Amino acid sequence: MDLILEKSILIIVIFSITLVIAMYSTYMERKVAAFLQDRIGPDRAGPFGILQPLADGGKMFFKEDFIPAKSERWLFILGPGIAMLTALMTSAVIPWGTSIEMFGRNISLQVADINIGILYVMGFLSIGVYGIMVGGWASNNKYSLMGAIRASSQMISYELAMGLSIIAIVMMNESLSLSVIAEKQDSWHWNVLYQPLGFLIFIVCAFAETNRAPFDLAECDSELIGGYHTEYSSMKLGFYLFAEYINMFISATMISTLYFGSYNFPGMHWVGDHLGHNWLAIIEVAVLFSKIIFFIFFFMWVRWTLPRFRYDQLMHLGWKVLIPLAIINMLITGGWMTYVWK
Amino acid sequence: MSEYLFYFLAFVSIFAALLVVTAKNPIHSVLFLIVTFFAIAGQYIILNAQFLAIVHIIVYAGAIMVLFLFVLMLLNLNKESEPVKSYLMKGIGVLAGCLLALVMVAALHKSTMSPALGNPNEDIGLVGNLGKVLFKEYVVPFEVSSLLFLSAMIGAVMLGKRDPKIEPVNEITN
Repeated sequence: MDLILEKSILIIVIFSITLVIAMYSTYMERKVAAFLQDRIGPDRAGPFGILQPLADGGKMFFKEDFIPAKSERWLFILGPGIAMLTALMTSAVIPWGTSIEMFGRNISLQVADINIGILYVMGFLSIGVYGIMVGGWASNNKYSLMGAIRASSQMISYELAMGLSIIAIVMMNESLSLSVIAEKQDSWHWNVLYQPLGFLIFIVCAFAETNRAPFDLAECDSELIGGYHTEYSSMKLGFYLFAEYINMFISATMISTLYFGSYNFPGMHWVGDHLGHNWLAIIEVAVLFSKIIFFIFFFMWVRWTLPRFRYDQLMHLGWKVLIPLAIINMLITGGWMTYVWK
Repeated sequence: MSEYLFYFLAFVSIFAALLVVTAKNPIHSVLFLIVTFFAIAGQYIILNAQFLAIVHIIVYAGAIMVLFLFVLMLLNLNKESEPVKSYLMKGIGVLAGCLLALVMVAALHKSTMSPALGNPNEDIGLVGNLGKVLFKEYVVPFEVSSLLFLSAMIGAVMLGKRDPKIEPVNEITN
Protein backbone atom coordinates (compact mmCIF):
# COMPACT_ATOMS: atom_id res chain seq x y z
CA MET A 1 0.00 0.00 0.00
CA ASP A 2 2.78 2.40 0.96
CA LEU A 3 4.56 1.52 -2.26
CA ILE A 4 1.52 2.43 -4.37
CA LEU A 5 1.13 5.71 -2.46
CA GLU A 6 4.77 6.75 -2.85
CA LYS A 7 4.82 5.78 -6.52
CA SER A 8 1.61 7.73 -7.18
CA ILE A 9 3.04 10.82 -5.51
CA LEU A 10 6.24 10.44 -7.51
CA ILE A 11 4.29 10.04 -10.76
CA ILE A 12 2.22 13.15 -10.07
CA VAL A 13 5.33 15.18 -9.18
CA ILE A 14 7.20 14.06 -12.32
CA PHE A 15 4.11 14.68 -14.45
CA SER A 16 3.70 18.24 -13.19
CA ILE A 17 7.44 18.97 -13.46
CA THR A 18 7.38 17.72 -17.06
CA LEU A 19 4.42 19.93 -17.92
CA VAL A 20 5.89 23.00 -16.20
CA ILE A 21 9.25 22.52 -17.92
CA ALA A 22 7.57 22.04 -21.30
CA MET A 23 5.48 25.17 -20.66
CA TYR A 24 8.44 27.29 -19.72
CA SER A 25 10.49 25.87 -22.61
CA THR A 26 8.20 27.85 -24.92
CA TYR A 27 9.02 30.99 -22.95
CA MET A 28 12.71 30.09 -22.86
CA GLU A 29 12.70 29.45 -26.61
CA ARG A 30 11.39 32.94 -27.30
CA LYS A 31 13.80 34.53 -24.87
CA VAL A 32 16.79 32.61 -26.27
CA ALA A 33 15.74 33.51 -29.82
CA ALA A 34 15.44 37.14 -28.78
CA PHE A 35 18.84 37.03 -27.10
CA LEU A 36 20.52 35.47 -30.14
CA GLN A 37 18.85 37.94 -32.51
CA ASP A 38 19.54 40.94 -30.29
CA ARG A 39 15.89 41.58 -29.42
CA ILE A 40 14.04 41.79 -26.11
CA GLY A 41 11.47 39.03 -26.59
CA PRO A 42 8.15 38.67 -24.74
CA ASP A 43 8.02 41.18 -21.87
CA ARG A 44 4.36 42.24 -21.51
CA ALA A 45 2.73 39.50 -19.40
CA GLY A 46 4.09 39.87 -15.88
CA PRO A 47 7.66 40.85 -14.93
CA PHE A 48 10.08 39.88 -17.74
CA GLY A 49 7.11 38.30 -19.55
CA ILE A 50 7.15 35.43 -17.05
CA LEU A 51 3.40 34.82 -17.45
CA GLN A 52 3.64 34.52 -21.25
CA PRO A 53 3.14 30.69 -21.32
CA LEU A 54 -0.09 31.08 -19.33
CA ALA A 55 -1.33 33.72 -21.75
CA ASP A 56 -0.46 31.46 -24.69
CA GLY A 57 -2.22 28.52 -23.09
CA GLY A 58 -5.33 30.61 -22.40
CA LYS A 59 -5.37 31.78 -25.99
CA MET A 60 -5.05 28.19 -27.24
CA PHE A 61 -7.99 27.04 -25.11
CA PHE A 62 -10.33 29.81 -26.22
CA LYS A 63 -9.68 29.49 -29.95
CA GLU A 64 -12.24 27.81 -32.14
CA ASP A 65 -11.67 24.07 -32.32
CA PHE A 66 -12.04 23.41 -36.03
CA ILE A 67 -12.27 19.97 -37.66
CA PRO A 68 -12.12 20.00 -41.48
CA ALA A 69 -15.24 18.57 -43.14
CA LYS A 70 -13.41 16.00 -45.28
CA SER A 71 -11.10 14.77 -42.55
CA GLU A 72 -11.25 11.42 -40.80
CA ARG A 73 -12.89 12.73 -37.67
CA TRP A 74 -11.80 10.16 -35.07
CA LEU A 75 -8.26 9.79 -36.35
CA PHE A 76 -7.99 13.57 -36.52
CA ILE A 77 -8.77 13.70 -32.80
CA LEU A 78 -6.62 10.64 -32.00
CA GLY A 79 -3.44 12.06 -33.60
CA PRO A 80 -2.56 14.74 -31.03
CA GLY A 81 -3.61 12.36 -28.26
CA ILE A 82 -1.07 9.72 -29.35
CA ALA A 83 1.63 12.38 -29.69
CA MET A 84 1.01 13.62 -26.14
CA LEU A 85 0.67 10.13 -24.60
CA THR A 86 3.90 8.77 -26.05
CA ALA A 87 5.75 11.95 -25.07
CA LEU A 88 4.61 11.68 -21.45
CA MET A 89 5.14 7.92 -21.00
CA THR A 90 8.93 7.88 -21.27
CA SER A 91 9.62 9.75 -18.03
CA ALA A 92 8.56 6.64 -16.05
CA VAL A 93 11.87 4.79 -16.37
CA ILE A 94 14.30 7.67 -15.85
CA PRO A 95 16.21 7.71 -12.54
CA TRP A 96 15.92 11.26 -11.23
CA GLY A 97 18.24 10.60 -8.27
CA THR A 98 19.27 7.70 -6.04
CA SER A 99 16.83 7.67 -3.15
CA ILE A 100 15.61 9.73 -0.21
CA GLU A 101 14.93 8.57 3.35
CA MET A 102 11.58 9.71 4.63
CA PHE A 103 9.20 8.38 7.29
CA GLY A 104 11.69 5.58 7.97
CA ARG A 105 11.48 4.36 4.39
CA ASN A 106 14.00 4.40 1.59
CA ILE A 107 12.13 5.94 -1.33
CA SER A 108 13.63 5.44 -4.77
CA LEU A 109 13.45 8.44 -7.09
CA GLN A 110 12.55 6.33 -10.11
CA VAL A 111 9.01 5.29 -10.93
CA ALA A 112 9.75 1.94 -12.57
CA ASP A 113 13.18 0.33 -12.45
CA ILE A 114 12.60 -2.15 -15.28
CA ASN A 115 15.58 -4.11 -16.58
CA ILE A 116 15.04 -2.96 -20.17
CA GLY A 117 14.75 0.77 -19.48
CA ILE A 118 16.57 1.90 -22.62
CA LEU A 119 14.47 -0.29 -24.87
CA TYR A 120 11.32 1.06 -23.25
CA VAL A 121 12.36 4.59 -24.19
CA MET A 122 13.26 3.48 -27.73
CA GLY A 123 9.91 1.70 -28.02
CA PHE A 124 7.92 4.78 -27.14
CA LEU A 125 10.09 6.81 -29.46
CA SER A 126 9.15 4.54 -32.34
CA ILE A 127 5.47 4.65 -31.39
CA GLY A 128 5.60 8.46 -31.32
CA VAL A 129 5.71 8.48 -35.13
CA TYR A 130 2.04 7.44 -35.22
CA GLY A 131 0.84 10.67 -33.63
CA ILE A 132 2.30 12.61 -36.54
CA MET A 133 1.38 10.10 -39.26
CA VAL A 134 -2.21 9.60 -38.15
CA GLY A 135 -2.80 13.32 -37.66
CA GLY A 136 -1.19 14.26 -40.95
CA TRP A 137 -3.09 11.66 -42.93
CA ALA A 138 -6.45 12.26 -41.27
CA SER A 139 -6.30 15.99 -42.09
CA ASN A 140 -6.87 15.16 -45.76
CA ASN A 141 -4.53 17.90 -46.87
CA LYS A 142 -1.55 17.58 -49.20
CA TYR A 143 0.74 19.69 -47.05
CA SER A 144 -0.19 17.69 -43.95
CA LEU A 145 0.44 14.39 -45.71
CA MET A 146 3.78 15.56 -47.09
CA GLY A 147 4.80 16.80 -43.65
CA ALA A 148 3.71 13.56 -41.99
CA ILE A 149 5.58 11.41 -44.49
CA ARG A 150 8.72 13.52 -44.21
CA ALA A 151 8.58 13.44 -40.42
CA SER A 152 8.07 9.71 -40.19
CA SER A 153 10.71 8.76 -42.74
CA GLN A 154 13.13 11.04 -40.94
CA MET A 155 12.29 9.53 -37.57
CA ILE A 156 12.63 5.91 -38.67
CA SER A 157 15.92 6.66 -40.46
CA TYR A 158 17.52 8.30 -37.44
CA GLU A 159 16.16 5.75 -34.97
CA LEU A 160 18.59 3.22 -36.46
CA ALA A 161 21.71 5.29 -35.89
CA MET A 162 20.43 6.23 -32.43
CA GLY A 163 19.90 2.59 -31.50
CA LEU A 164 23.37 1.65 -32.77
CA SER A 165 25.01 4.43 -30.76
CA ILE A 166 23.16 3.27 -27.64
CA ILE A 167 24.38 -0.32 -28.16
CA ALA A 168 27.95 0.86 -27.43
CA ILE A 169 26.73 2.31 -24.12
CA VAL A 170 24.89 -0.91 -23.29
CA MET A 171 28.03 -2.93 -24.06
CA MET A 172 30.16 -0.78 -21.77
CA ASN A 173 27.70 -0.84 -18.87
CA GLU A 174 26.60 -4.43 -19.42
CA SER A 175 23.00 -3.55 -18.67
CA LEU A 176 19.86 -2.21 -20.36
CA SER A 177 18.62 -0.70 -17.11
CA LEU A 178 18.87 3.06 -16.88
CA SER A 179 19.41 2.98 -13.12
CA VAL A 180 22.46 0.72 -13.53
CA ILE A 181 23.84 2.93 -16.31
CA ALA A 182 23.38 5.99 -14.10
CA GLU A 183 24.98 4.26 -11.11
CA LYS A 184 28.06 3.19 -13.07
CA GLN A 185 28.93 6.78 -14.03
CA ASP A 186 30.03 7.42 -10.45
CA SER A 187 31.27 10.98 -9.68
CA TRP A 188 33.20 11.94 -12.82
CA HIS A 189 33.21 8.65 -14.81
CA TRP A 190 30.75 10.04 -17.31
CA ASN A 191 30.13 8.03 -20.43
CA VAL A 192 30.87 10.99 -22.68
CA LEU A 193 34.56 10.64 -21.74
CA TYR A 194 34.60 7.05 -23.03
CA GLN A 195 32.12 7.43 -25.89
CA PRO A 196 32.69 10.86 -27.50
CA LEU A 197 31.78 9.61 -30.99
CA GLY A 198 28.71 7.82 -29.70
CA PHE A 199 27.61 10.98 -27.94
CA LEU A 200 27.97 13.00 -31.14
CA ILE A 201 25.86 10.49 -33.10
CA PHE A 202 23.28 10.34 -30.33
CA ILE A 203 22.83 14.08 -30.06
CA VAL A 204 22.46 14.53 -33.83
CA CYS A 205 19.85 11.77 -33.85
CA ALA A 206 18.09 13.34 -30.88
CA PHE A 207 17.71 16.54 -32.87
CA ALA A 208 16.26 14.59 -35.79
CA GLU A 209 13.93 12.54 -33.58
CA THR A 210 12.42 15.61 -31.95
CA ASN A 211 11.95 17.26 -35.37
CA ARG A 212 13.93 20.26 -34.20
CA ALA A 213 15.99 22.57 -36.39
CA PRO A 214 18.20 21.93 -38.34
CA PHE A 215 16.05 18.82 -38.99
CA ASP A 216 12.62 20.46 -38.83
CA LEU A 217 11.66 19.46 -42.37
CA ALA A 218 8.38 18.09 -41.10
CA GLU A 219 7.00 21.55 -40.51
CA CYS A 220 9.16 23.87 -42.57
CA ASP A 221 6.89 26.84 -43.01
CA SER A 222 8.28 28.04 -46.32
CA GLU A 223 7.42 24.88 -48.31
CA LEU A 224 4.80 23.03 -46.28
CA ILE A 225 2.85 25.84 -44.54
CA GLY A 226 2.96 24.03 -41.21
CA GLY A 227 3.60 20.40 -42.11
CA TYR A 228 1.51 17.74 -40.40
CA HIS A 229 -0.36 20.18 -38.17
CA THR A 230 -1.50 22.58 -40.92
CA GLU A 231 -5.20 21.81 -40.35
CA TYR A 232 -5.05 21.79 -36.57
CA SER A 233 -6.24 24.61 -34.37
CA SER A 234 -6.95 25.34 -30.73
CA MET A 235 -5.74 22.88 -28.10
CA LYS A 236 -5.20 20.05 -30.63
CA LEU A 237 -2.45 22.17 -32.18
CA GLY A 238 -1.41 22.97 -28.63
CA PHE A 239 -1.02 19.25 -27.92
CA TYR A 240 1.26 18.78 -30.92
CA LEU A 241 3.44 21.74 -30.03
CA PHE A 242 3.46 20.75 -26.38
CA ALA A 243 4.40 17.16 -27.22
CA GLU A 244 7.36 18.52 -29.17
CA TYR A 245 8.60 20.43 -26.13
CA ILE A 246 8.08 17.42 -23.86
CA ASN A 247 10.06 15.33 -26.34
CA MET A 248 12.81 17.91 -26.19
CA PHE A 249 12.82 17.71 -22.38
CA ILE A 250 12.95 13.89 -22.50
CA SER A 251 15.75 13.98 -25.09
CA ALA A 252 17.75 16.36 -22.93
CA THR A 253 17.14 14.01 -19.98
CA MET A 254 18.29 11.00 -21.98
CA ILE A 255 21.44 12.81 -23.14
CA SER A 256 22.28 13.72 -19.55
CA THR A 257 21.43 10.25 -18.24
CA LEU A 258 23.27 8.23 -20.86
CA TYR A 259 26.30 10.42 -21.49
CA PHE A 260 26.62 13.16 -18.91
CA GLY A 261 26.60 11.19 -15.70
CA SER A 262 22.90 11.44 -14.89
CA TYR A 263 22.67 12.69 -11.28
CA ASN A 264 26.36 12.07 -10.57
CA PHE A 265 28.80 14.91 -9.98
CA PRO A 266 32.44 15.09 -8.85
CA GLY A 267 32.70 15.12 -5.07
CA MET A 268 29.34 13.46 -4.48
CA HIS A 269 30.84 11.01 -1.95
CA TRP A 270 32.22 13.88 0.12
CA VAL A 271 28.76 15.49 0.13
CA GLY A 272 27.17 12.17 1.08
CA ASP A 273 29.58 11.68 3.98
CA HIS A 274 29.38 15.21 5.36
CA LEU A 275 25.82 16.41 4.73
CA GLY A 276 23.85 13.20 4.91
CA HIS A 277 21.83 11.10 2.52
CA ASN A 278 18.85 13.39 1.94
CA TRP A 279 20.94 16.46 1.18
CA LEU A 280 22.89 14.39 -1.32
CA ALA A 281 19.62 13.32 -2.97
CA ILE A 282 18.44 16.93 -3.25
CA ILE A 283 21.75 18.06 -4.76
CA GLU A 284 21.67 15.09 -7.16
CA VAL A 285 18.24 16.07 -8.45
CA ALA A 286 19.38 19.69 -8.78
CA VAL A 287 22.51 18.60 -10.69
CA LEU A 288 20.47 16.43 -13.06
CA PHE A 289 18.01 19.25 -13.73
CA SER A 290 20.76 21.78 -14.37
CA LYS A 291 22.24 19.39 -16.93
CA ILE A 292 18.81 18.95 -18.51
CA ILE A 293 18.20 22.70 -18.68
CA PHE A 294 21.61 23.21 -20.24
CA PHE A 295 20.78 20.70 -22.97
CA ILE A 296 17.37 22.29 -23.57
CA PHE A 297 19.24 25.57 -24.00
CA PHE A 298 21.63 23.78 -26.37
CA PHE A 299 18.68 22.59 -28.48
CA MET A 300 17.48 26.19 -28.78
CA TRP A 301 20.95 27.55 -29.39
CA VAL A 302 21.35 25.21 -32.37
CA ARG A 303 17.87 26.04 -33.65
CA TRP A 304 18.66 29.73 -33.90
CA THR A 305 22.18 29.17 -35.28
CA LEU A 306 22.02 26.55 -38.03
CA PRO A 307 19.93 26.70 -41.21
CA ARG A 308 17.65 23.81 -42.19
CA PHE A 309 19.00 20.79 -44.09
CA ARG A 310 17.76 19.92 -47.55
CA TYR A 311 15.82 16.66 -47.69
CA ASP A 312 18.43 14.67 -49.63
CA GLN A 313 21.16 15.98 -47.32
CA LEU A 314 19.14 14.77 -44.35
CA MET A 315 18.80 11.24 -45.76
CA HIS A 316 22.46 11.21 -46.82
CA LEU A 317 23.59 12.20 -43.34
CA GLY A 318 21.37 9.62 -41.69
CA TRP A 319 22.04 6.57 -43.82
CA LYS A 320 25.51 7.12 -45.27
CA VAL A 321 27.31 8.98 -42.49
CA LEU A 322 25.74 8.34 -39.09
CA ILE A 323 24.91 4.63 -39.43
CA PRO A 324 28.42 3.60 -40.67
CA LEU A 325 29.97 5.80 -37.97
CA ALA A 326 27.78 4.19 -35.31
CA ILE A 327 28.76 0.69 -36.52
CA ILE A 328 32.46 1.64 -36.45
CA ASN A 329 31.98 3.04 -32.95
CA MET A 330 30.35 -0.21 -31.88
CA LEU A 331 33.23 -2.28 -33.34
CA ILE A 332 35.84 -0.09 -31.63
CA THR A 333 34.02 -0.41 -28.32
CA GLY A 334 33.79 -4.18 -28.72
CA GLY A 335 37.46 -4.52 -29.64
CA TRP A 336 38.54 -2.29 -26.79
CA MET A 337 36.45 -4.24 -24.30
CA THR A 338 37.82 -7.60 -25.44
CA TYR A 339 41.52 -6.75 -25.81
CA VAL A 340 42.29 -3.75 -23.61
CA TRP A 341 40.00 -4.03 -20.61
CA LYS A 342 40.59 -7.72 -20.02
CA MET B 1 -5.40 -10.51 -11.32
CA SER B 2 -3.17 -11.72 -14.16
CA GLU B 3 -5.92 -14.13 -15.26
CA TYR B 4 -8.42 -11.30 -15.75
CA LEU B 5 -5.72 -9.33 -17.53
CA PHE B 6 -5.10 -12.30 -19.80
CA TYR B 7 -8.78 -12.57 -20.75
CA PHE B 8 -9.01 -8.82 -21.31
CA LEU B 9 -5.92 -8.77 -23.56
CA ALA B 10 -7.04 -11.89 -25.40
CA PHE B 11 -10.41 -10.27 -26.06
CA VAL B 12 -8.77 -7.05 -27.27
CA SER B 13 -6.36 -8.87 -29.56
CA ILE B 14 -9.04 -11.06 -31.15
CA PHE B 15 -11.53 -8.20 -31.49
CA ALA B 16 -8.91 -5.89 -33.05
CA ALA B 17 -7.74 -8.71 -35.34
CA LEU B 18 -11.32 -9.17 -36.57
CA LEU B 19 -11.55 -5.44 -37.22
CA VAL B 20 -8.32 -5.65 -39.25
CA VAL B 21 -10.09 -7.99 -41.65
CA THR B 22 -13.47 -6.25 -41.71
CA ALA B 23 -12.35 -2.61 -41.84
CA LYS B 24 -13.15 -0.98 -45.19
CA ASN B 25 -10.25 1.44 -45.12
CA PRO B 26 -6.77 -0.17 -45.30
CA ILE B 27 -5.34 2.55 -43.04
CA HIS B 28 -7.83 1.57 -40.35
CA SER B 29 -6.79 -2.05 -40.80
CA VAL B 30 -3.16 -1.16 -40.14
CA LEU B 31 -4.09 0.83 -37.04
CA PHE B 32 -6.15 -2.07 -35.67
CA LEU B 33 -3.25 -4.40 -36.38
CA ILE B 34 -1.08 -2.15 -34.20
CA VAL B 35 -3.66 -2.48 -31.40
CA THR B 36 -3.45 -6.27 -31.82
CA PHE B 37 0.34 -6.14 -31.51
CA PHE B 38 0.06 -4.11 -28.32
CA ALA B 39 -2.33 -6.65 -26.82
CA ILE B 40 0.08 -9.47 -27.70
CA ALA B 41 2.95 -7.50 -26.14
CA GLY B 42 0.82 -7.30 -23.01
CA GLN B 43 0.57 -11.11 -23.00
CA TYR B 44 4.37 -11.31 -23.12
CA ILE B 45 4.59 -9.03 -20.09
CA ILE B 46 2.18 -11.30 -18.18
CA LEU B 47 4.56 -14.17 -18.99
CA ASN B 48 7.43 -12.11 -17.49
CA ALA B 49 9.12 -11.78 -20.89
CA GLN B 50 9.60 -8.01 -20.92
CA PHE B 51 12.40 -8.08 -23.46
CA LEU B 52 10.27 -9.94 -26.00
CA ALA B 53 7.37 -7.59 -25.33
CA ILE B 54 9.36 -4.45 -25.96
CA VAL B 55 11.16 -5.88 -28.98
CA HIS B 56 7.79 -6.93 -30.35
CA ILE B 57 6.60 -3.31 -30.03
CA ILE B 58 9.79 -1.77 -31.44
CA VAL B 59 10.07 -4.12 -34.42
CA TYR B 60 6.46 -4.80 -35.38
CA ALA B 61 4.46 -1.81 -34.14
CA GLY B 62 7.30 0.70 -34.42
CA ALA B 63 9.02 -0.24 -37.65
CA ILE B 64 7.17 -2.68 -39.89
CA MET B 65 3.73 -1.15 -39.38
CA VAL B 66 5.13 2.34 -39.98
CA LEU B 67 6.36 1.12 -43.37
CA PHE B 68 2.94 -0.42 -44.11
CA LEU B 69 1.24 2.83 -43.21
CA PHE B 70 3.75 4.68 -45.32
CA VAL B 71 3.06 2.69 -48.44
CA LEU B 72 -0.71 2.90 -47.95
CA MET B 73 -0.60 6.65 -47.47
CA LEU B 74 1.48 7.12 -50.61
CA LEU B 75 -0.78 4.82 -52.65
CA ASN B 76 -3.75 6.95 -51.59
CA LEU B 77 -6.28 4.12 -51.74
CA ASN B 78 -9.91 5.18 -51.59
CA LYS B 79 -13.31 4.00 -52.74
CA GLU B 80 -13.02 5.53 -56.19
CA SER B 81 -9.71 3.89 -57.06
CA GLU B 82 -10.59 0.45 -55.68
CA PRO B 83 -11.09 -2.06 -58.52
CA VAL B 84 -14.60 -3.49 -58.64
CA LYS B 85 -14.51 -7.26 -58.28
CA SER B 86 -16.98 -9.40 -60.22
CA TYR B 87 -19.41 -11.79 -58.51
CA LEU B 88 -17.43 -14.74 -59.88
CA MET B 89 -14.28 -13.50 -58.12
CA LYS B 90 -16.18 -12.95 -54.88
CA GLY B 91 -17.73 -16.41 -55.08
CA ILE B 92 -14.34 -18.04 -55.62
CA GLY B 93 -12.95 -16.05 -52.67
CA VAL B 94 -15.74 -17.29 -50.36
CA LEU B 95 -15.20 -20.87 -51.54
CA ALA B 96 -11.44 -20.70 -50.92
CA GLY B 97 -12.01 -19.24 -47.45
CA CYS B 98 -14.48 -22.01 -46.58
CA LEU B 99 -12.03 -24.67 -47.73
CA LEU B 100 -9.26 -23.18 -45.58
CA ALA B 101 -11.61 -23.12 -42.58
CA LEU B 102 -12.49 -26.78 -43.25
CA VAL B 103 -8.81 -27.77 -43.29
CA MET B 104 -8.16 -25.91 -40.06
CA VAL B 105 -11.19 -27.38 -38.29
CA ALA B 106 -10.17 -30.88 -39.43
CA ALA B 107 -6.63 -30.34 -38.17
CA LEU B 108 -7.85 -29.03 -34.80
CA HIS B 109 -10.37 -31.86 -34.51
CA LYS B 110 -7.65 -34.50 -34.75
CA SER B 111 -5.18 -32.83 -32.41
CA THR B 112 -5.22 -33.36 -28.67
CA MET B 113 -4.58 -30.61 -26.18
CA SER B 114 -1.22 -31.18 -24.51
CA PRO B 115 -1.16 -30.34 -20.80
CA ALA B 116 0.46 -27.01 -19.93
CA LEU B 117 4.19 -27.44 -19.53
CA GLY B 118 4.35 -25.19 -16.51
CA ASN B 119 7.03 -22.59 -16.37
CA PRO B 120 10.30 -24.31 -15.46
CA ASN B 121 12.01 -21.03 -14.71
CA GLU B 122 10.11 -17.83 -13.91
CA ASP B 123 12.89 -15.60 -15.20
CA ILE B 124 13.44 -17.42 -18.49
CA GLY B 125 12.13 -14.48 -20.50
CA LEU B 126 14.39 -11.85 -18.95
CA VAL B 127 16.96 -10.36 -21.28
CA GLY B 128 20.05 -11.85 -19.58
CA ASN B 129 18.76 -15.43 -19.66
CA LEU B 130 17.46 -15.05 -23.18
CA GLY B 131 20.83 -13.76 -24.37
CA LYS B 132 22.65 -16.67 -22.74
CA VAL B 133 20.35 -19.21 -24.37
CA LEU B 134 20.61 -17.53 -27.78
CA PHE B 135 24.38 -17.09 -27.80
CA LYS B 136 25.39 -20.33 -26.04
CA GLU B 137 22.95 -23.07 -27.04
CA TYR B 138 21.66 -21.71 -30.33
CA VAL B 139 24.62 -19.78 -31.77
CA VAL B 140 24.63 -21.51 -35.15
CA PRO B 141 20.88 -21.15 -35.93
CA PHE B 142 21.08 -17.54 -34.74
CA GLU B 143 23.98 -16.73 -37.05
CA VAL B 144 22.38 -18.58 -39.97
CA SER B 145 19.16 -16.60 -39.55
CA SER B 146 21.12 -13.34 -39.44
CA LEU B 147 22.81 -14.40 -42.71
CA LEU B 148 19.35 -14.92 -44.20
CA PHE B 149 18.34 -11.43 -43.12
CA LEU B 150 21.48 -9.99 -44.64
CA SER B 151 20.86 -11.70 -47.99
CA ALA B 152 17.24 -10.48 -47.97
CA MET B 153 18.48 -6.95 -47.29
CA ILE B 154 21.01 -7.09 -50.12
CA GLY B 155 18.28 -8.42 -52.40
CA ALA B 156 16.01 -5.51 -51.49
CA VAL B 157 18.79 -3.01 -52.18
CA MET B 158 19.53 -4.67 -55.54
CA LEU B 159 15.86 -4.53 -56.53
CA GLY B 160 15.57 -0.93 -55.45
CA LYS B 161 18.66 0.14 -57.36
CA ARG B 162 18.13 2.04 -60.57
CA ASP B 163 19.25 0.19 -63.68
CA PRO B 164 22.21 2.15 -65.15
CA LYS B 165 21.28 1.12 -68.71
CA ILE B 166 17.86 2.78 -68.55
CA GLU B 167 18.06 6.52 -69.01
CA PRO B 168 16.42 8.42 -66.10
CA VAL B 169 13.04 9.76 -67.19
CA ASN B 170 13.07 13.51 -67.45
CA GLU B 171 9.82 14.56 -65.86
CA ILE B 172 10.10 18.22 -66.74
CA THR B 173 9.92 17.69 -70.49
CA ASN B 174 6.64 15.79 -70.57
